[in-house]
Amino acid sequence: MTGTTDKTADVDYFLTSDGLDTSREKEIGQHIGYRYDVNLLPDYDRLTPFLKTYIELMGWDDLNWLEDVHMGYEEGHAAVFDRNANGWIRVPESLDLPDNQQDRDMIARELLIKFQMSNRHPMRDLYRAYRKF
Amino acid sequence: MAELNETARSHDMGLHTEQLTGRTQQRFFDVSEEGNHLYPEAFDVDYNKRAVIDAIDMDARDVNRKIRDLMAEGYGSIVVRNPQARHSLAVGILQRLNLTFEGSLGYFGVGLIDGPNVRVTGRVGWSCAENMMAGTVIVEKNAGSTFGAAMRGGDLVCMGDVGSRTGIDQKGGTIIVGGRTGAFSAFMMQRGRMIVLGDAGKNLGDSMYDGTIFVGGSIESLGVDAVPGEMSDLDCAWLERKLGMYGLRAPDGVANMTKIVAGKQLWNYDNLEPSEKKIVL
Repeated sequence: MTGTTDKTADVDYFLTSDGLDTSREKEIGQHIGYRYDVNLLPDYDRLTPFLKTYIELMGWDDLNWLEDVHMGYEEGHAAVFDRNANGWIRVPESLDLPDNQQDRDMIARELLIKFQMSNRHPMRDLYRAYRKF
Repeated sequence: MAELNETARSHDMGLHTEQLTGRTQQRFFDVSEEGNHLYPEAFDVDYNKRAVIDAIDMDARDVNRKIRDLMAEGYGSIVVRNPQARHSLAVGILQRLNLTFEGSLGYFGVGLIDGPNVRVTGRVGWSCAENMMAGTVIVEKNAGSTFGAAMRGGDLVCMGDVGSRTGIDQKGGTIIVGGRTGAFSAFMMQRGRMIVLGDAGKNLGDSMYDGTIFVGGSIESLGVDAVPGEMSDLDCAWLERKLGMYGLRAPDGVANMTKIVAGKQLWNYDNLEPSEKKIVL
């Protein structure tokens, strides 16, 4: 059995350890399974002002697709998986992380929105190169 | 010739020189990033600006083009009358928009959308909102099979009954079924949430890898590796909130719904990969 269920009790588990617990993980040098709880539901008391504005602008009543966005960890660094870039986007080391996953998830959502909507996002290049109409 | 030109453009931009191997793209957030809320290429629409399309004499292509033209003119609320169950209507809308269909849709309606809020006053055919990325879709009557296939995000709601393989290969988002759902619902589910207020057919959650299913009625049978889970206070609060958004209620209260999760017995990298390695060596 693999997974993160027992590990996510420590919010810094993947920041303070290499996350390699089983013999198989040690052998391949890579953690098996998610590095965050994919089923964690959001705590709406922790919405940031930016996210509230985004939700209102889109005409939604809740986080909608952002409910599936969490702060995860890549090679010992806080990161967010960006489905549009199909890769992990790292959180700068200068950003202080809160001590709980719910607040970290809200930060992850805000960072991801800002990145996806920026001209720095790789989708902009694909858009310019391949857009048909 | 057009294809060659497209290829040349991507080559000119250097898109074919990037090193694609390795485990990370090494991309970083910029905390001083400008706070845009919408994609730069999205049309600037106003929800208070409303337009009506009568699709009685239009084919699907014309309807989709008309929706796009109206968005380009800033219309944020569009009503399509007489959709006449045409297939592939309103696909690929990648921005905010209030869209209402007064009637029913055929196959693959509102697929590949990323942001709009859609209401269908009639029924929908197969694969409604397949590959949906974000937004809300509300179907007031019944839906066909593979409702929300390969969905990635957003809320997909059917007030009535749906066919089989609801949310097949679901990778995120929330599917809500006000009535019953057919066999093999949540087949190969990988992430996201499914809420069924009525009964669920055979093999619910078969081969599900992750994600959560909540059922208010009876379950005919569970599929391979779908197991009952324990309801938490956060689950109940989230269910109350989510159902309330669409005017729905669990028949016996959310606390009495059955929660189904993945047993994770299919997470068998540990067993498979060493064997494969031996074969390779």
